[in-house]
Amino acid sequence: MKPISIANTSQQNPDRKAPLSIRGLTVSYGQSPAVFSVDAEFPQGAMTAIIGPNGAGKSTLLKASLGILRPLSGRVTVHGRALTDQRHRIAYVPQRASVDWDFPTMVLDVVLMGLSRDLGLLRPVRARHRQHALDCLDRVGMADFADRQIGQLSGGQQQRVFLARALAQGADLYLLDEPFAGVDAATEKAIIAVLKTLNAEGKTVIAVHHDLSTVADYFNRVLILNIRKIAEGPVAEAFTDSNLQTAYGGRLATAQMGATG
Amino acid sequence: MLWQALTLQLGYNATLVAIGAMLLGIAAGVSGSFLFLRRRALVSDAISHATLPGVGLAFIVMVALGGDGRNLAGLLAGSAISAAIGLLCVQWLTRNTRLAEDSAIGAVLSVFFGFGIVLLTVIQTMESGRQAGLDSLLLGATAGMLRSDAILIAAGGALTLALTLILRRPMIMVAFDRDYAAARGLNIRQVDFATMALVLAVTVVGLKIVGLILIVALLIIPPVTARFWTDRTERVWQFSGLIGGLSAYTGAAISASAPQLPTGPLIVLTGFAVFVVSLAFAPGRGVLAAGLRHISFQRRVHMRQGLLALAQGQPIYERYTIRLLMRAGLARADGVATEAGRAGAAKALLDEHRWEILRTMSDQESATALYDGMRAIETVVTRDQLSEIDARLTAPRDVPA
Repeated sequence: MKPISIANTSQQNPDRKAPLSIRGLTVSYGQSPAVFSVDAEFPQGAMTAIIGPNGAGKSTLLKASLGILRPLSGRVTVHGRALTDQRHRIAYVPQRASVDWDFPTMVLDVVLMGLSRDLGLLRPVRARHRQHALDCLDRVGMADFADRQIGQLSGGQQQRVFLARALAQGADLYLLDEPFAGVDAATEKAIIAVLKTLNAEGKTVIAVHHDLSTVADYFNRVLILNIRKIAEGPVAEAFTDSNLQTAYGGRLATAQMGATG
Repeated sequence: MLWQALTLQLGYNATLVAIGAMLLGIAAGVSGSFLFLRRRALVSDAISHATLPGVGLAFIVMVALGGDGRNLAGLLAGSAISAAIGLLCVQWLTRNTRLAEDSAIGAVLSVFFGFGIVLLTVIQTMESGRQAGLDSLLLGATAGMLRSDAILIAAGGALTLALTLILRRPMIMVAFDRDYAAARGLNIRQVDFATMALVLAVTVVGLKIVGLILIVALLIIPPVTARFWTDRTERVWQFSGLIGGLSAYTGAAISASAPQLPTGPLIVLTGFAVFVVSLAFAPGRGVLAAGLRHISFQRRVHMRQGLLALAQGQPIYERYTIRLLMRAGLARADGVATEAGRAGAAKALLDEHRWEILRTMSDQESATALYDGMRAIETVVTRDQLSEIDARLTAPRDVPA
């Protein structure tokens, strides 16, 4: 495999295959499936929100797509090929809560993890790597924080550092797990601006999202999930009251207020 | 005698032992760091206790084959195999049963250790086992150590250290963020296995010098101590190696100067001394620094509250606040502001309003993050920004309602 250059901008795809395609995916913890037989297609250049009630398997779907969880059955392809040799094209922004923030590491070091493929095991971190990491921090408005220990940041700032780490990788498919959960307004604005820029550059963005009121503003496609797939498509077609009713059931009252508000 | 030991003047063998111990200490400190960062420090306890049956069995096998039962390489090979089996037991129990890792560790540790002690007792009754001295592997002893033993230990330590350094980036990624590491294609199980294997290697190599009961201390005390001094991952393992090497060297030297003293405990006590000093005096995370920080913070809070109270003409009830203001010449004993106090109070109130403005400015996030209610605003913004803030401060008042 040829390492991609750091300054990798939007890459032309020779193949017409979708950046991410999921077929018959079932993932289970113990005996109860968290995701059951889901088919989903995430087309090139789309910006998709994965929505659904708590426990609908949104994060699980994302993790299984990335090979973090092993599915019980099903197949995930990236640009029409097996995940294993396409990993470098996928950038993942995990949930903030998944990490111990007292870990002894600096903001810049976290972003440099995005360059792990270029750095390998032993190549020294050079000035150009640092500069690239700083540029990525700058894109999320965090350049001034490069030398802080990560635990000193607010939740929103931590989330932006995670996004910067994903940017550093120079991928063309971005998977984000609840990027707006528990963040401040400034962070939400900064993150959505970056995502929209990525999208404008032709990159594909997929985010687990919990706030139905912003779905239509932020995204152009939705995947509605409640263990099974409820609906999938452009926001105008799939993000309907009846689909939400199916997904959220009794919780629709509040959900609907969000959707139409 | 001690000075001579520390300066390597006790002869060739003692020097060799001290250097071997130092290399082991560095290797233990560095590889232990990654275990510590991965928050699995206790696993090393299971590994070390699980070496004992291997030691006993290796001795019996070597004697049965007509060889020297005390051959160090043979004993270490045996201990490595049984430690690996112990480790696999812990992993199997954790993965395939509902036992949590700590329970699995406790179970494996005690069973293996108990079995090992039984074997050692059996060996004591054997014809050729009388002078085995295998129990020295429990607490470590450098007295009567062979030159080849020292070289074996030094080489093993150096090799483990080199491997640890090669694997450090994946180990750090997995320790910090498992899911991200997995998404990048790292095999978490393999990386964890490598971490454990390195710790296992250090444990086995360290049996002779530190002994199996205390090797845990050499793996864990150095990184915990290093953490007091730094927030950087790379520094943690570097400092940790330094502390481990220094403690092991010092402990081995002291032990060489008085052959009755067991080496392991001395090494651990040396490391512990460094830990205590760090715990107390490290800047930032040390107890003393934290205490001082709290006192100074409290003083600043009282000062600020006092000034704001003066500015708004409110009475001050806290004696401590009044005392602070008096000492600074800002108020009289009855809580009335002095000339300087009135100026200070006006400034405090102005700063309060300025901060309010600054916090609404979205492009000033890094400055805003420094807000703690007390910091002088001039220290976080430029003169130009300050006049911009002041302009906004007065602007709304000019607008007629």
